[in-house]
Amino acid sequence: MAVAQTPAPPRERRAPRLPGRAPRRPGDPRGPRRLWPYLLIAPAVAGGVLLLLYPMLRAAVISFQRFRMGELVRGGAAFIGLDNYRELLAAEEFWAVVARTFAWTGINVVLIMGISTAVALMLLRLGRRMRVALMSVLALVWATPVIAATTIFQWLFQSELGVVNWALTSLGFDSFRGYSWFADGTAMFGVLVVLVVWQSVPFAALTLYAGLTTIPAELYESARIDGGTGRQVFTKVTFPILRPLFALVTSLEIIWVFKCFPQIWVLSQGGPDDATTTLPVYAFKIARVLHRYDLGSAVAMLTVVILAVALVGNLRRMLRQEGAES
Amino acid sequence: MRPRRVVLNVAAAAVLAVMIFPVYWMFATAFKPTAEIQSETPGLWPAHPTLEHFATAVGADGFWTFWRNSLAVTGAAVLLALVVALLSAFAVARMRWRGRGPFIVMVFAAQMAPWEALLVPMFVIARDAELLDSLAMLTGVYFMVTLPFTIVTLRGFLAAVPAEVEEAALVDGCTRFAAFRRVIFPLLAPGLMATSLFGFITAWNEFAFVNVLIIKDQDKRTLPVWLSSFRDVFGTDWGATMAAATLFALPVLVLFLFLQRRVGAGMISGAVKG
Repeated sequence: MAVAQTPAPPRERRAPRLPGRAPRRPGDPRGPRRLWPYLLIAPAVAGGVLLLLYPMLRAAVISFQRFRMGELVRGGAAFIGLDNYRELLAAEEFWAVVARTFAWTGINVVLIMGISTAVALMLLRLGRRMRVALMSVLALVWATPVIAATTIFQWLFQSELGVVNWALTSLGFDSFRGYSWFADGTAMFGVLVVLVVWQSVPFAALTLYAGLTTIPAELYESARIDGGTGRQVFTKVTFPILRPLFALVTSLEIIWVFKCFPQIWVLSQGGPDDATTTLPVYAFKIARVLHRYDLGSAVAMLTVVILAVALVGNLRRMLRQEGAES
Repeated sequence: MRPRRVVLNVAAAAVLAVMIFPVYWMFATAFKPTAEIQSETPGLWPAHPTLEHFATAVGADGFWTFWRNSLAVTGAAVLLALVVALLSAFAVARMRWRGRGPFIVMVFAAQMAPWEALLVPMFVIARDAELLDSLAMLTGVYFMVTLPFTIVTLRGFLAAVPAEVEEAALVDGCTRFAAFRRVIFPLLAPGLMATSLFGFITAWNEFAFVNVLIIKDQDKRTLPVWLSSFRDVFGTDWGATMAAATLFALPVLVLFLFLQRRVGAGMISGAVKG
C-alpha cells in the first residue's frame, strides 16, 4: 500500500502551469476548461460512491436493523436501535473471538517483523549472486496466489502422505506418524500462522531491505570505527533511521493479518471448535451460515472501528510523506 | 571473517530452501505419478515425471469455464481500473483544482478500505439489484478494489514524466489529447504494465467476494473458488490437486517473471498487498 513511491521523483510543483495555458481557440470560455479536472475524476468518484461508500453505509444501517432471512427475502427491515450491538457485546463468544483475533494478529505480526528484519539484514550482507537468488525466491513466494498457497499447505500438512509428518517422523518424532494437524485447534492455529507468516515475510523483508539500502555506508563505518558492536549499530543507527518504515510496514501487516480471511476459511472454516475463528470469519459465519445479516453487519462495523485505529495512523503517515514530497 | 561468511551463506541457503519449498513441492507433486505420491518415503523430485495429473485437472468438469470466467473478470476489472485511474491520475498530477487535496486523502483512505467487512452489505445490495450470480457485479467489485492503488501508482509514474515534454508537444500544435496519446502514453507504458500486474494479481486471487456473490449458478464461479473446493472435484487425488494449483498460479508467476525484469524489483515496495 503506497510504500514510498520510489520510481516517481516529485514533479508536481510544475504541474499547475498547464491547465490554463495556451487556449487553442481564442475566446474559449474559461468555465468549461475549469471543469476538466472534475470530469476526469468523475468516474473514479462515482465508482467509490457506488461500490465503497454505499456498501459501507448499508452495513451501518443493517447493523441497526432486524435483518434476517425473512427480511432478506421480503424486505421491510425494522429499526431496532442498538439491539444487535447489545446482543453481540453480551455474548461470551464474541469476546473470545476478539481476544483470539488480537492473539492471532500479535503472534503473526511479531513473527513476520522479526523474521523479515533478519532476512533484510541478511540480504544486505550477502554476496551478489546469493542475494539475487534469495530476492527472486522471495518475489516468487510473494506472487504465489493465496488460494494456491493455501492448497499447497493442506497437502504439506496432510496426515498420511504429507511431507511435514514424514520429515518429523524421520527426525525421530514418532508421535507425528499420521498426526492429524487439522483436527486439533492449537495445531490448526499453528499451521495457519506458518502459512500467513510464510506469505507475508517476502513483502516485509523486501521493503525493509529497500529501506536499508538507502542508509549510507559511511554511517556504518563511522559507527564501527567508534567501536560499536553489531547490535549497537542496529539499535543506535539502523533502527532510528528506519523507524518510519518499520512503523509503516508493521501497521500494514497488522491490517493485513487482522482482516485475513481466505486462508482461514479455506483451511478450517474457523474450526475445529472455533479455534481459528477471528473477527472476519465470525462475521461471515453468522451472516452466511446463520443468516443473521444484522449481527454480521454489527461485527463488521466493530471490525472497522478497531481497524480504524491502525488505519488512521497509517493515513497520517501517508499524508506526511505526501506533504514532504510536494 | 571467513567463517562468518560461511555461516551467513549457509543461513541464507536455509532461508531460501524453506521459502521455496512449498512452491517447489507443488510443482514436484504435480509431475509425480500417483504411485510415487503415495509411497512411504516421498522422493524429493519426480523419478518418472508424468503429465497425467494436468490432464485430469484440465479435463475436470468446468475447468475451462472457470478459467475463462477468471480471465474475463480479472481482465475487465484491471482494464477498467486502468482507464478510470489514468483520468484521475492525470487530474491529480497535472492540474490544480479546488478539492485536489481531499480527493487524494479519499484515495489513500479507499486504498485501505476494509473490504472483508463489506461482504454482507455487498451480498444484500447484489441481491436487491438482482445482481447475484452475475460476473458484472464481480467485475465492478474487483474494479473498485484495485482502483485506489492504481490511481496512486499511476500518479507516481505520471509525475515522473516531465511536464516540459508535454508542453513542447502542445507548443508544436498538438491537442491536449494528442499530446497525451503520442508523448505521455508511450513513456507511461512500463508504469501501466506494472500497475496492471498488481491489479491482476489482486483480482485473480480474490476469493471472499466470489464466495458471497456467486451462489447458485455454479458456472459463474472463478478459479479460486473451484480450487478451494477441489475435494469435491478430486477427492484425495493430490497429484491432480497440485496440478490444478499449478495451473492457477502459473499465469501470475509467468506474468510476474516477465514483467519484473522490465519494471524492476523496486516496484514491489511500491505495491499493494492484501
